[in-house]
Amino acid sequence: MSVQTIRSVFSVETGYRLSDDQIVNHFPNHYELTRKDLMVKNIKRYRKELEKEGSPLAEKDENGKYLYLDFVPVTYMLPADYNLFVEEFRKSPSSTWIMKPCGKAQGKGIFLINKLSQIKKWSRDSKTSSFVSQSTKEAYVISLYINNPLLIGGRKFDLRLYVLVSTYRPLRCYMYKLGFCRFCTVKYTPSTSELDNMFVHLTNVAIQKHGEDYNHIHGGKWTVNNLRLYLESTRGKEVTSKLFDEIHWIIVQSLKAVAPVMNNDKHCFECYGYDIIIDDRLKPWLIEVNASPSLTSSTANDRILKYNLINDTLNIAVPNGEIPDCKWNKSPPKEVLGNYEILYDEELAQGDGADRELRSRPGQSLGPRGGRSRDSGRTVLTTWK
Amino acid sequence: MLQEESDLSLIIAQIVQKLKGSNLYAQLERQAWASLQRPEIKLESLKEDIKEFFKISGWEKKLQNAVYSELSVFPLPSHPAAPPEHLKEPLVYMRKAQGSWEKRILKSLNSMCTELSIPLARKRPVGEQKELLNKWNEMGTDEPDLSLFRPVYAPKDFLEVLINLRNPNYENGDSLSFRTHLGLIQVPLKVKDIPELKEFFVELGLTTGQLGIDDSTQVPPELFENEHVRIGQKVLAEQDSAAAQQYVRQGSPTALRAELWALILNISSQPEDILYYEQLKTNVIQHDLLVDSLIYKDVKLTASNDDYYFVFEDYLYQVLLCFSRDTSVLGHFAYSSASPPKSYIRGKLGLEEYAVFYPPNGVIPFHGFSMYVAPLCFLYHEPSKLYQIFREMYVRFFFRLHSISSHPSGIVSLCLLFETLLQTYLPQLFYHLREIGAQPLRISFKWMVRAFSGYLATDQLLLLWDRILGYNTLEILAVLAAAVFAFRAVNLMEVTSLAAAEAVLADLSTLKVMPLLQIFLFATVT
Repeated sequence: MSVQTIRSVFSVETGYRLSDDQIVNHFPNHYELTRKDLMVKNIKRYRKELEKEGSPLAEKDENGKYLYLDFVPVTYMLPADYNLFVEEFRKSPSSTWIMKPCGKAQGKGIFLINKLSQIKKWSRDSKTSSFVSQSTKEAYVISLYINNPLLIGGRKFDLRLYVLVSTYRPLRCYMYKLGFCRFCTVKYTPSTSELDNMFVHLTNVAIQKHGEDYNHIHGGKWTVNNLRLYLESTRGKEVTSKLFDEIHWIIVQSLKAVAPVMNNDKHCFECYGYDIIIDDRLKPWLIEVNASPSLTSSTANDRILKYNLINDTLNIAVPNGEIPDCKWNKSPPKEVLGNYEILYDEELAQGDGADRELRSRPGQSLGPRGGRSRDSGRTVLTTWK
Repeated sequence: MLQEESDLSLIIAQIVQKLKGSNLYAQLERQAWASLQRPEIKLESLKEDIKEFFKISGWEKKLQNAVYSELSVFPLPSHPAAPPEHLKEPLVYMRKAQGSWEKRILKSLNSMCTELSIPLARKRPVGEQKELLNKWNEMGTDEPDLSLFRPVYAPKDFLEVLINLRNPNYENGDSLSFRTHLGLIQVPLKVKDIPELKEFFVELGLTTGQLGIDDSTQVPPELFENEHVRIGQKVLAEQDSAAAQQYVRQGSPTALRAELWALILNISSQPEDILYYEQLKTNVIQHDLLVDSLIYKDVKLTASNDDYYFVFEDYLYQVLLCFSRDTSVLGHFAYSSASPPKSYIRGKLGLEEYAVFYPPNGVIPFHGFSMYVAPLCFLYHEPSKLYQIFREMYVRFFFRLHSISSHPSGIVSLCLLFETLLQTYLPQLFYHLREIGAQPLRISFKWMVRAFSGYLATDQLLLLWDRILGYNTLEILAVLAAAVFAFRAVNLMEVTSLAAAEAVLADLSTLKVMPLLQIFLFATVT
């Protein structure tokens, strides 16, 4: 079901009610996570809440940066936060920022700026009459551009990971083991003369496939296992494992952030496409979450991957291939997981805290204690439950 | 007894001669002079004290590694009166075959040259030099017109030559007997059989821990992996080449592999090495060679389309273009059956004073050559180190895969080993494939020539190359090829054509190398 259909299914006007044997593939208000502005809002709110509770997760360092929750680049909503943004911009005037329309996908409408004049249109003081038409439809977010991405072969890439959520309360999510990296066809350069060249900066396949050097055989894609092998061989095992642990951590935290506001309709499950960028200090950043990740394929390997993805997703959401009953407890047996592995299961985590026999080899098998491998690095993390 | 001793002293003398010209010698000398300042060095026992000093400071280890490195390519002991051609290749008919193959390649290269009216080499105009220097890190985006270039030869052309090799002194007899070799290679070379291979590859046995088997998710790391990693770190701390070589026989942990291989190949990035690489780079910028276009074409045809290696396209140009200008590679021709092709300055054909080696390193690339470099890009991302490692791998191992010789690691022996293993231990399969016109070697040849690069998943390939380095032989390639056939035997028995057999063996990317090798060598009933 597409996002448009979901909107009408759950809208108050149509009065449509899903019966017990109907399961749909989106949550009614998934946009809390998948719209760029709402995602940032929810994460900021979540952080503030944790800080108020005095939770150790919200610990900050001497510069006021969150130690464990700083995984989204500094972001402002435009035109609402324009003045706040200008203040931040003036603090480091040589930085680059990226403008993204809130509700679009496939890299449409994105551009980079390094001067205030380039976004005059969004200034609150603008007297242009077209300001009126800049309603929520044309809302933009502006984020600090990560201009030091990790480069492999001199090229920028990002990670696309698939995460299946079957319920938000209690949170139960699964990570697909076969994610992939999308490479740009052109060498990366932070030079200001190439800020307009989308082939250097945007990794979306929808954009790259129009590039001159796009190759249809491999599609500019690498498996996550290749990335792991490369990083372990050139940087060492510990930092690689730490990187992957952090990536899992970010995903779970982002889901926890929206869990309270998500309409946890029992008819719903959702498979998200997470976009993550790694910078050259091996720190992962959450760029965005997609509600309808592309399920078309650009190469032969891609087709196999997407086919298996859909197959495994449906196996978990609708067990045994029988007519579903939305009242079931949403706990699929281990065998049907396929290429998914449990990323976080709130019920299991809260229930059985003494289950430490479950060995968790980093990145290879994550039990419900997936995040517990972080305990070794942190002194107090009981709130991980 | 006396003969052995004099053989040994001859070898020692030769190695000393070789090392005297090296940088290590100069460094040792400097260190020795500097050590005279030290209090523990006394005039009466000068020799012993300096030796002791070298031992403690680690210089003896470096010398040991260098000697070990020389020994690994040292030609097998031979008659003291043997002429140098015999050191390259003792069998006359092999030498002749290699010579005529080389003539053919050169002819093909020259005719391409005249057809396209492109000179073999030319100096670049200054503007072009500047442009290339700017684009040095992204030569992949260059789009020269390569449509008229063809690779000089492909592995299957080379296979045809090998099939026609005959020893004129060997009389097979016309009648078929159970001794008849059913395969394509018809020369009598000595190859190992499974009992001998089991003894040789004893560390791959069922009771010894292996990376590639005993580090899978189901096996708790305490059983083997953790200890193995610990030993690996110790080996690196000791900086001992021979120990590292022994260690990687059981596989190398991914995080330690880059350093271990560098240790085994005795590569340390000294400033002189980096300078040498920069010099080669300058040569590339100043002169354009015809082989450059061949290299471009090869990379575009192979690595650029590969799921694993496309990312490293630009590194491949940086390594291979420099490689073809590196005259130090000419040194390996002393123990290779091949000889570098000669070219003559225009108009001076046949006059020796005007002969130059072309390309400067004497190696003409063929279709798939760039795949030798590609897997190394996963380990080394610094161009000059990547370059050194590749060069050393080439002059130790890869050159044997495309020259005709009787060496046990030479491609002819590997083919014969493969066919013999298959015929002896899977006779039904061999016979069936032969009957349907699908001689197994026709399928496995390309795997072996490329050392399986581009056919296996990268992590598996690296585990395989660990063992090549560990045992200092390429025979494992033939064993793996036979093991793959054994693994897919059931499907292969059902095919009825060469094309169908190719299809069964088309995709090796899901294979796990170590279990296959172990089962074939140690768990098959012989």
